[in-house]
Amino acid sequence: MHMNTTPLRCALLITALASGAAMAQDVTGAGATFPAPIYAKWADAYHKATGARINYQSVGSGAGIKQIKSKTVDFGASDMPLTDDDLAKDGLLQFPTVIGGVVPVINIAGIAPGQLKLTGQVLGDIYLGKITKWNDAAVTALNPGVPLPDAAIAVVRRADGSGTSFVFTNYLSKVNADWKAKVGEGTAVNWPTGSGGKGNEGVAAFVQRLPNSIGYVEYAYVKQNKMNYAQLKNRDGQFVKPDEDAFKAAAAGADWAKTFYQITTDQPGKAAWPLTNPTYILMHKVQDKPAQASAALKFFQWAYTSGDKAADDLDYVALPESVKNLVRKQWADQVKDAAGKPVAFK
Amino acid sequence: MAASLPVAHAAMTERPLPQAQPPQRKRVAPWGDAVFATLAHAAAGLTLALMAGILIALVVGAAPAIQHFGVGFFTSTDWDPVQEKFGGLVMIYGTLSSSLIALLIAVPVSFGIALFLTEMAPGWLRRPLGIAIELLAAVPSIVYGMWGLLVFSPILAKYVQQPLQAAFKGVPVAEALVAGAPVGIGILSAGIILAIMVIPFIAAVMRDVFEVTPPMLKESAYGLGATTWEVVSKVVLPYTKTGVVGGIMLGLGRALGETMAVTFVIGNFNQLQSLSLFEAANSITSALANEFAEAGEGLHQASLMYLGLVLFLITFIVLALSKLMLAQMRKGEGART
Repeated sequence: MHMNTTPLRCALLITALASGAAMAQDVTGAGATFPAPIYAKWADAYHKATGARINYQSVGSGAGIKQIKSKTVDFGASDMPLTDDDLAKDGLLQFPTVIGGVVPVINIAGIAPGQLKLTGQVLGDIYLGKITKWNDAAVTALNPGVPLPDAAIAVVRRADGSGTSFVFTNYLSKVNADWKAKVGEGTAVNWPTGSGGKGNEGVAAFVQRLPNSIGYVEYAYVKQNKMNYAQLKNRDGQFVKPDEDAFKAAAAGADWAKTFYQITTDQPGKAAWPLTNPTYILMHKVQDKPAQASAALKFFQWAYTSGDKAADDLDYVALPESVKNLVRKQWADQVKDAAGKPVAFK
Repeated sequence: MAASLPVAHAAMTERPLPQAQPPQRKRVAPWGDAVFATLAHAAAGLTLALMAGILIALVVGAAPAIQHFGVGFFTSTDWDPVQEKFGGLVMIYGTLSSSLIALLIAVPVSFGIALFLTEMAPGWLRRPLGIAIELLAAVPSIVYGMWGLLVFSPILAKYVQQPLQAAFKGVPVAEALVAGAPVGIGILSAGIILAIMVIPFIAAVMRDVFEVTPPMLKESAYGLGATTWEVVSKVVLPYTKTGVVGGIMLGLGRALGETMAVTFVIGNFNQLQSLSLFEAANSITSALANEFAEAGEGLHQASLMYLGLVLFLITFIVLALSKLMLAQMRKGEGART
């Protein structure tokens, strides 16, 4: 007889465990795909350390913004910051989590990684279809002595709407007047030329396959696939190579104390990489469910304190400590429950 | 097992004689029929309600774009999310032309496969070959996409596009048709990948309907001295044309709606300046898959919904046309006899 009750007891135990886990505040977030790997890694490590669960759905920045506005998630994530006016309209606040870099990648036989030098103006003209050959005078002038072929440039860009494209087109709009007038900036734009690959992996695959091509991908893809990249001239007139230090230098140049609405492309600084942008988290200032908000903030507090190594492993760049402290201050000052009491995160 | 056999045997020998009275059966549940009828009606009703629901949701979602662009959406080639100017011609053209290419390739090949399997293949080959073709339908479409991008398109570029470009150099229309960077990406490669994807569907339907042709008819024709081709074209095809057209429409429906495989190989470029088969283009499904996640509220999203509605209409028109075609055929049949 007691043999028969064992499965029942097991079932009861499992139900109890499951509901117990649900009671320990499953925090849900949704949004940008670019930081999804690091959020997943943080969530996993955080779960091991504290037992709390963070559930992140990588559905795209646009969808993330929509979901946080309609309060179906505890936090939203976006690669594009919202302007302060937009934030105020919906009672939201935003803060950066990690910094990512976008890198122009090329596939030209006989050229070593980092050997090709480009300016924003030339890069824009290539993507506008004005410069169509690698041995165009504008390119050779920047690269004396580099054996550039007399071959058509195969332009590759993202086909899907993406934060990566936003960073890229935002930079081109800042440095190429023609680009700004004809195309503009956005997660998806009316590309004047080129074939579109789906996702970073699609663009990476195109560029690696097509001779004489140029594309742009997240830094992690350059590093993991050992792709050939180009140097870019930054605002201070220096040619820089994309690496963690160059991304950090760009983020440090922004005036974070004023607002977190920072698009850190084309930043001043001798070592700053011009195609850099942080990725953002969005939360409501007044929380209907303070317990959820507290759990979410605790997670990000933990990530700021113990997550830098994981970010580094995945080729993201952690924020400078000064920026983290500003964010912590914002949490303490602005995230409140309905009664106006600050939400605890420590 | 050993004990149950005699029992079964005994049961078999004790069956009632045919002359005996049928066993008295009580109607266990008199309301059974009513419940069944209600359930069946509900199932049919649910399908209709879902159809209507999807259509209404699409129209409501697309309403801002329909108001803003109206019928001009069908003739405009703009697709500029920054300026919020949208038109669907590029995608509509891409969807229709890639599906047309797919059918041009898939229908003859599927016909050949079905013909071979039902009329010519030796008995031992029919089953394994049939299963192999059906297995093609089980390959996930993203696999076709990756294969198309990484394996197929370089081959297409090197062994088809470049020789064609060399051959047609200076020939007025043909040169424009094969122009473009030697990448192997575009309408043609999308069409070929789609053809490979729809062949198993069309071939399987064709084989099944060919098999139901009464052997008596075929054997009579053979008996009169008809060749295999004459039997197929004069006996099998007329007998099975409804099924054949149905199979082709099934394939076309899949080609029109296919997304992942197309988005990998079509190039996703909104242009119609060059109608080259090798120039990157875009399709409705590909644009939807690529842009929906990041499309902001407002005209961009509404325009994508509008595109979805257009695809819905295209599929509807295709279906209606096939029904009309079959009706015409039936009329012709009456006249001939």
